[in-house]
Amino acid sequence: MKTIKFLIEKEFKQMFRNPLIPRMIVMYPIMVLLVFPWAVSFEVKNIKIDVVDHGKSVYSKRLTDKIAASKYFILNDTPPDYQTAMQNMENGYTDMILEIPTTFDKDIVKSSNSKVGVAVNSVNGTQGLLGSNYIMQIVNDFSSELRDELITTVPPKSRASIMNMPQIDIIPHFKYNPGLDYKNFMIPGFMVLLLTLICGILPALNIVMEKENGTINQINVTPVNRIVFILAKLIPFWIVGLVVMFISVSAAFLLYGLWPTGSIIAVLISAIVFIFSISGLGLIISNYSETLQQASFLVMFFILILILLGGMFTPVSSMPSWAQAIAAINPFSYLTKTFRMLYLNGSTLSDVSGNLYAMIIIAIVLNGWAVLSYKKRV
Amino acid sequence: MIKVKDLYKSYGKSGKIKALNGVSFKVDDGEIFGVIGPDGAGKTSLFRILASLILPDSGSALMNGHDVVQDYRRIRQIIGYMPGRFSLYQDLSVEENLTFFATLFNTTIEENYHLIKDIYQQIEPFKDRRAGALSGGMKQKLALSCALIHKPEILILDEPTTGVDPVSRKEFWDMLARLKEQGLIILVSTAYMDEASRCDRIALIKDGEFIATDTPQGIINDYSDILWSVEGSRMSAMLKELRTHDMVMSSFAFGDKIHITVDAGFRRNELEQYLTNKDFRDVNIAPIEPTVEDCFMALTR
Repeated sequence: MKTIKFLIEKEFKQMFRNPLIPRMIVMYPIMVLLVFPWAVSFEVKNIKIDVVDHGKSVYSKRLTDKIAASKYFILNDTPPDYQTAMQNMENGYTDMILEIPTTFDKDIVKSSNSKVGVAVNSVNGTQGLLGSNYIMQIVNDFSSELRDELITTVPPKSRASIMNMPQIDIIPHFKYNPGLDYKNFMIPGFMVLLLTLICGILPALNIVMEKENGTINQINVTPVNRIVFILAKLIPFWIVGLVVMFISVSAAFLLYGLWPTGSIIAVLISAIVFIFSISGLGLIISNYSETLQQASFLVMFFILILILLGGMFTPVSSMPSWAQAIAAINPFSYLTKTFRMLYLNGSTLSDVSGNLYAMIIIAIVLNGWAVLSYKKRV
Repeated sequence: MIKVKDLYKSYGKSGKIKALNGVSFKVDDGEIFGVIGPDGAGKTSLFRILASLILPDSGSALMNGHDVVQDYRRIRQIIGYMPGRFSLYQDLSVEENLTFFATLFNTTIEENYHLIKDIYQQIEPFKDRRAGALSGGMKQKLALSCALIHKPEILILDEPTTGVDPVSRKEFWDMLARLKEQGLIILVSTAYMDEASRCDRIALIKDGEFIATDTPQGIINDYSDILWSVEGSRMSAMLKELRTHDMVMSSFAFGDKIHITVDAGFRRNELEQYLTNKDFRDVNIAPIEPTVEDCFMALTR
């Protein structure tokens, strides 16, 4: 007991003597919570659009203005023909083209039915898809506006028949994240990322550093138990991880008013379970690497898998089945899911217990693997 | 007492690289035993096995009666190991390093201060300095203090003087001599042949085998060749010339001279004349006493 206390003391001493680590521990959560949620967002805004207006009429002008006024679009140009607009798109000046036909006005007044053409640059698939959805919304909006206006010009007889036509409006209810705020969705994910780095990666690199500096030889010739040595490496980072967790939960509340709508105890418990499983991964990395370079490369490899296949940015349910299989053994994926449930859905501890059990199993497997792969002497 | 019998150790997938090829030796209590040989001869592998850091492929080693494989826990209590590379925490201070290792062995600096007093006193003025900021000689003294702080019975020093200046090297050997008086067994390796005379007994190691084990004087006494030193202008050209000469059996560069072993019918004047004719100037040939390095060269020829 005395030994482990002394070893932990030494780890903290070294940690705070390193000019970079303590600053990073404070800076990192602040960076992640202050800056990233604004930048890392899938909301598509500021799509540049060219409107080719062949009609040059009152209505077509109104449609153009309506598009320009939307927060999603920036009116780039109103070229005379489609070719010029296409050239703009090829040169990257514009992302979308809306073509309004010559007969636009006449069609609307006569038959209340007109067609507009839309061309989207879908190199960025999300932008293409969302952009065309937005323009459809605006055009639909515009047409119902027009119908309300034009109804008075129609003779009373037929007016009734139009009025009687069934009209279906879809009114979406956005549950759990009513403002569709992307930040609320990303912040719990960023908290998981912080825990992964501090409790999984840092201790692994720390152990490999002792190997590279040769200091592990000096420790190995002392009677210090191997498990005690490893625990003394992990515990300081567990503590730091929980401190960072505390900082980020408070920061999310103070900066964004984001507080778990579910159980706060469950947030803590799931974070602790996650820490055990990710520490296991870190230990495996440290067992298989002799130098910091090897370890860093392995870390990069695993971090990419954990994050990209962990459902932080893209939903796991839309991944191919092999990727879903990886997500099923990815602790990152489970904690991201759990945190979002606790933060946004208002889930309770028993709601997330399935995820907790999965993480416990992963923790046992990873730590078991770490113990087995550790070679005491070669 | 150390008893080592038939140690084998190889590295690589199929054991292609043989580091130790059947090493056996004994060291008595209160003895400084030097293992001397070039880089890559197997010194570090041998010492790492004796320090219980790696396992031998076969063979046995008893350190004061404890087997290095089975009894490794006990071994770690009774040995002090100092690796060739400085392996203390560079970001901890001198005193913190010493306290750290004392605590790991369940002891304190005060308890064993008498053991390290001589050595530690020299670095005590810098006890608040971080170990990474010490000079090479001071690092060596700190490492030795840390290896001694738990009162070991056997001290294993892997190339302790490599990269240390000549004055510090001499000081270091003086310290070892004083430690020996306290009854420690000291096992030390070095690539410097001139340090051999400071050991009680030495073993010459090459390619994982001991090629000779004796007192330094004993090894020199076994040297049977006639040895001369040659110096003059254009040394490297002269070395080539000497190697083609009939009378010269072997020749190798030794500092700024060339050592040659010769036939019984060798005449100094003849060779001097021969070299002068070949356009070498300031030729000086003199008989010399062999050193351990000469013995090593003769044994590995």
